Parts: sequence; C-alpha cells; structure tokens
Amino acid sequence: MADKVMTFEKLPDRPPPMSQVGIVGWVRENLFGSKTNTILTLVSLYVLYILVVPLVDWAVINANWVGEDKSVCDANKAGACWVFIAARFNQIMFGLYYGANPDQIWRPTLAFALLIVLAIPLFIESFKYKLQLGAFILFGYPFVIFALIHGAWLGLPVAGTSEWGGFMLTFVLASVGIVGALPIGILLALGRRSELPVIRTFSIAFIEFWRGTPLITILFMASVMLPLFFPSEVDFDKVLRAMIGITMFQSAYTAEAIRGGLQAIPKGQFEAAEALGHNYWKMMAFIVLPQALRISIPGIVNTFIALFKDTSLVSIIGLLDLLNMALITSRSLEWKGFDLEGFTFAAFIFWICCYAMSRYSRAIEDKIDKATKY
Amino acid sequence: MLGLIIWALTTIFTNTIHNLEERGIQTGFSFLDNVAPFGIGFSPIIEFKLGTSTYWDVFFIGIQNTILVSVFGVVAATFLGFVIGIMRLSPNWLLSRFALTYIEVFRNIPVLLQIMFWNFAIFLPLLPSPRQSLSFADSLFLNGRGLYMPKPIFDSGVGIWIYAIIATVTVIGLFMMGRWAKKRQDESGERFPARLIGAGILLAVLLIGYFVSGSPISLELPTLARFNLTGGLEIPLPLFVLWFSLTTYTASFIAENVRGGIQSVAKGQTEAACAVGLQRTQMLRLVIIPQAMRVIVPPTISQFLNLTKNSSLAVAIAYEEVVNIWAGTALNQTGQALIIIAMTVAVYECLSLLTSFALNVYNKRIQLVER
Repeated sequence: MADKVMTFEKLPDRPPPMSQVGIVGWVRENLFGSKTNTILTLVSLYVLYILVVPLVDWAVINANWVGEDKSVCDANKAGACWVFIAARFNQIMFGLYYGANPDQIWRPTLAFALLIVLAIPLFIESFKYKLQLGAFILFGYPFVIFALIHGAWLGLPVAGTSEWGGFMLTFVLASVGIVGALPIGILLALGRRSELPVIRTFSIAFIEFWRGTPLITILFMASVMLPLFFPSEVDFDKVLRAMIGITMFQSAYTAEAIRGGLQAIPKGQFEAAEALGHNYWKMMAFIVLPQALRISIPGIVNTFIALFKDTSLVSIIGLLDLLNMALITSRSLEWKGFDLEGFTFAAFIFWICCYAMSRYSRAIEDKIDKATKY
Repeated sequence: MLGLIIWALTTIFTNTIHNLEERGIQTGFSFLDNVAPFGIGFSPIIEFKLGTSTYWDVFFIGIQNTILVSVFGVVAATFLGFVIGIMRLSPNWLLSRFALTYIEVFRNIPVLLQIMFWNFAIFLPLLPSPRQSLSFADSLFLNGRGLYMPKPIFDSGVGIWIYAIIATVTVIGLFMMGRWAKKRQDESGERFPARLIGAGILLAVLLIGYFVSGSPISLELPTLARFNLTGGLEIPLPLFVLWFSLTTYTASFIAENVRGGIQSVAKGQTEAACAVGLQRTQMLRLVIIPQAMRVIVPPTISQFLNLTKNSSLAVAIAYEEVVNIWAGTALNQTGQALIIIAMTVAVYECLSLLTSFALNVYNKRIQLVER
C-alpha cells in the first residue's frame, strides 16, 4: 500500500527564550518575578542607595588616607580620617608598651605569626597529627606566647601584664578563657550527668550561677571580691583577676556545649564500654569523650565567638583592650574627635575575627552532619 | 574531693573575715536603711527624693530601670527579628541578601562596642541641641538630651471610670463573641470574621465612649521653653540609645532563630496544606507558623534573657540601671562589696530562673503528643 515509511524524527529542543536563562532570566526570576517582588526590589535598591552611597563616600572616596598628623583631616572633614588609625595602629593592636617601643613589636607579631603557621595544618584534610597539634596549640602554645610578649623568661625587656593592651590583650584574654575553661567545662559536664547527687547538684548550681549572671557583674565581682578571698599578701593584678572571672564564666558555657555532645552519644557506647570492663574514667576518656568532644566542637567555637566579643567588657573595669584602646587613642590630645574612626576600626577587627570563626564552625557542623547521616 | 571543696570554702571564708576587719568594713544589711547621698536622674515609677530616699530605694530603682529597658527591648527586638528573619527567606534575592548582611554585621560585633558606637560616635555628636530639636508633627522631639513624647494625662473625675467600665465591658463582650464564632465554626463549618468585626466594634466603641464620658484623657505635648523642652514624656538619651542598640543587636539573633524555625518545617507540610486547598495566608497561619514556633520560641526566650543581661552594659553610657547605680555608685559609696554584689547577682539569678521556668512551661505545653 505504502512503500513510504512514515518516520517521526525528533527535532532538537529549541533553546529556552532569552528571558528565561542567563543573567536576564535570573534577574527576572529573582528580582522582578511578580508585582510585589518588583516593588520590594525597587524599595531595597532605594534603601541601599541611601545607606551605601554616603558610607562609601565617607569611608573610601572622601577619606584621608595619607598624611602625618591631624591637620590633613581637619582640612577635609567630609571623609574618614584613616591617617589616625595608621598613626596609632601599633597602640590599638598591641597596647601602650609596644606602641611606645616599636623595636619590640616583633615579639607579638612573631607570636601571632607562629599561631597562624601552627593552625594551617588543621585545615589540611590529609594531615594526620591534628589531635596532637590541636592539643599543643591549646596547652603548649600559651606558654610560648606568654614568654614572647611578657619577655622575662627569654631575658627580653619585660612588658608586664598591666602594660598589655589592644587587640593583643583581647586575644590573650579570650584564649586564656577558652583554654582554662575546657578542662573545667569537661569536668562540669561530666558532673552534671553524674549519678552521685552531691556532685550533680554542685555542678548544676555552679553552671547555672555563672550562666545567669552578666559578665560585667562577674568582672566587678572579680575586681572587688577576689582580693577579699585571699590572704592580703597575695597580690592579683587586674589582668589576672579578669582572666579568672572570664575563665569561670566561660567554663559554664563550655560545660553546656559539651553536655550537648555527651547527650548525643548513643547509650550503646556506654554499655559497650562497660561490657569491655572499662571503669568510669577509662570509659569517658577513651570511648565517650573523644566522640562527644568532636560533636561539640561547633558549639564550643560558638561559645568562643561569644566570649571573644564579650572580652570587650573588660574595658569597663579599666583594662586597655581593643575597644578601650580605640576609645582612648581617639580621645588623646593629639587625635581628639575621631571616635567614629576608632570605633569603626575596632568593629572591623572584631567583625573579621568573629565572622571567620562562625564560618569555620558552620563548616565543621556541615562536615559532622555529613559524616553522621547515612 | 568533698574535703578539698570544704577546705577551699573555709579558707576563703576566714580570709574574707580577716580582710574585711583589716579594712574596717562592718558587713551587714543595716546600711540599706541609710539615706543615699547621691541623686538619680531617671526614675519613672518609684520616686527618688534626694535626702530621704534610702539605699533600698536605689536598689529597687535600679531593678525597675533594668526591667523597663528590657521589656521595651524585648518587644522591639522580637518585632524586628521576625521582620528580618522573614526577609531572609524572601524569594527576592536582593531583600534576602539585605537581611543576611544585617544579621552577619550586627551579630559579629560586640554589643558593648555597638552601644558605645551609637552613643559616642553617632547620636551624641549628630543630634542637635534642645533649641534645634528634630521634631515630628510638633509632638515628637529628638535632641541630644533625649526623646520627648506626648504624655497622656488622666482626669481625676468620674469620666475616667465610666470610660474604663465601657472599655472593659466591650472587651469581655468581644471575647465572648470570639468563643461563639469558634464554636459555630467547629459545629457547622461556617466562618464568621470575628477578628475583623471585633476590631471595628472596639475602635468605634472606644472612640464614641471617649466623647460620651467627656474626654477624660488628654495629651500633654512637650513644648520648647527657653533652654529645654518641658512637659510631655521624656526618655533620656542613654535609655533611648541602650534600647536602640540592644534591639538591633538582639534582633539579628532572633532573625536567625526565625529563619531556622521556618525552614525546619518539613516541605510535605506546605504541600499538604496546598493539597487541602488552603490559601497562602491560611497555610502560613494555620500550618507553618504553629509548627515553626516550636523551634523558634525556646532559643528566642534565651535571647530575651541575654538582652536583659546585656542591659547591664548601660554602665558605659550612664543609664541608671541596677549594675550602674547599685553595683557601681552605691558600692563605691558604701564599700559593702559582698552584700551589694550578692544582691545584684541575686536579681539576675531570679530573672534567669524565671526565664528557665517559662521555658519549661512552654516546652511542656508544646510537646508533641505522640500516639
């Protein structure tokens, strides 16, 4: 009948219209998808315009970048005076002693550089000795940094704790807080889950006491009450008092973060450890804590971020941390009236540190999530 | 272990007694009844009179001011937090980036730095003197000393009582109408727009009742005198700045809670709500938000507690709350470190216990009933 075989041939897909793909498509879908969307986009654009344009003008375009002293900034009031930050950079970062002795600045710089070099392998996937390195950073490195910035142990010119300041002091306080709080926090977390009522009650009371009180009250407490608790021969300097207060405060928060980790360990792990004949401490040290601590790392990092921000409170009891240093340098005779620049710079430093740490904690969290989901 | 703790406590105790004797401080609660030799500028509810008010008054004024700024902060931060959190989930890319930037900027900078920044670098230098106050409709004024608002004045006559009775009766009536509407919907499925009608009735009754009872409430507007604004409700600048900074800071955390909560609602719930034919607003109100609240509320309550604790940073900008005037001024005046610090800590411990109590009650109530 028909020698002509009908064949259906599929034509190649036509490309989607220009308005659906590429930048145009993306803009249409995400910014102008509907009437409300369009209005929202326009309003956002307007708000951005009134916020960002003056900010960029002030901070970048009209800013005073080069110069020697205040006169440059007084001549041009429309922009930020970064000359001030450049002139007082050493003080804001390293405190009064190192600000006055620029030839000694290599000491804190070396200490920070060492930390960065030591921390790099922690981010390398294939590096095998992460645990040992982490332990060294937590418990060995503090002695190195103390030796370097204090100086007495190495026979360098001594910079006493009362002369520490700036970002360096902020960093030292936060680090002492986390390093001191970790062992206490582990003990408290174990205590809170202990079966002995005395220890459990004590741990709960201790944790809730420090968690319920604002840090500033604790710092007041440390600065007015600590001297009362010890024989009058024992002399505490201000920085040490703040360190003790911060460590106590932080240990309660660390304990709660670790408790979260402990709760996530399945019961079978405890039972298996007991079946193997481990006693309590062996079970905790070799079976439970290694798993619990790994899960609680993001939580601990988050409490550390909070602590890092909270160290700024020591400026209220008169320590010259990053915030207070920015404040007093912008009120010194030479640079009076540059509060805005001082605060902005301090905020910028805090922001970079905290943001980086929060990204890190998020990344670990994702990694743990992936590892525990089947 | 126990022996060690007991030993440490006794050593601390004997040392303290010894040190206090050496400094000639008589520890005891008797100083609380003494007259406080300093003034307090801001005390809206408890009156402070220089020369007659005692240290007890100072303590309670401190607590009052702490609670005042915390309550306003909590309300505003919750509102702002929800707005930013929902913006963060908007399909509009620009808007969600905007919210993200807000969150990341505000929560990664110390709150003390933010308070000082707003106070010393923004509001104090930029706000004008009282004579050049920024004014809004001649009733709201903002200047370097504070924010001035109209103050409601209640008449002392019988009118105010009539008005109060009218308002109470209306509210009770509307409440009953709401119950009736719900019952009818449960029984017959017919809907009655109780909220809309109720709001209309309430507004009408309040307006008409106001004139019927002879305008018992009037507003006192702040007016510009020679050097300053007089009359009206004055909110001192430190309170305003503290409220502003605590709100913007805490809102960034609440926004994250809100985002996490809404995202935690399983996608199947949205699809199921669509499948039974709910409109978008109904879906949000009846399906998504009730489930999201379960996740949002607990961390948000702890943010409320954090806000209250952070209000102690008022020390830096001289707002007169409990840490500032009690653990600060009163302590310096009397030297009673032990008792004053203990009382301050007790205030916060009470607030903290109250918060965890509220949390536990909430958690019990919303616990999933599993069958």
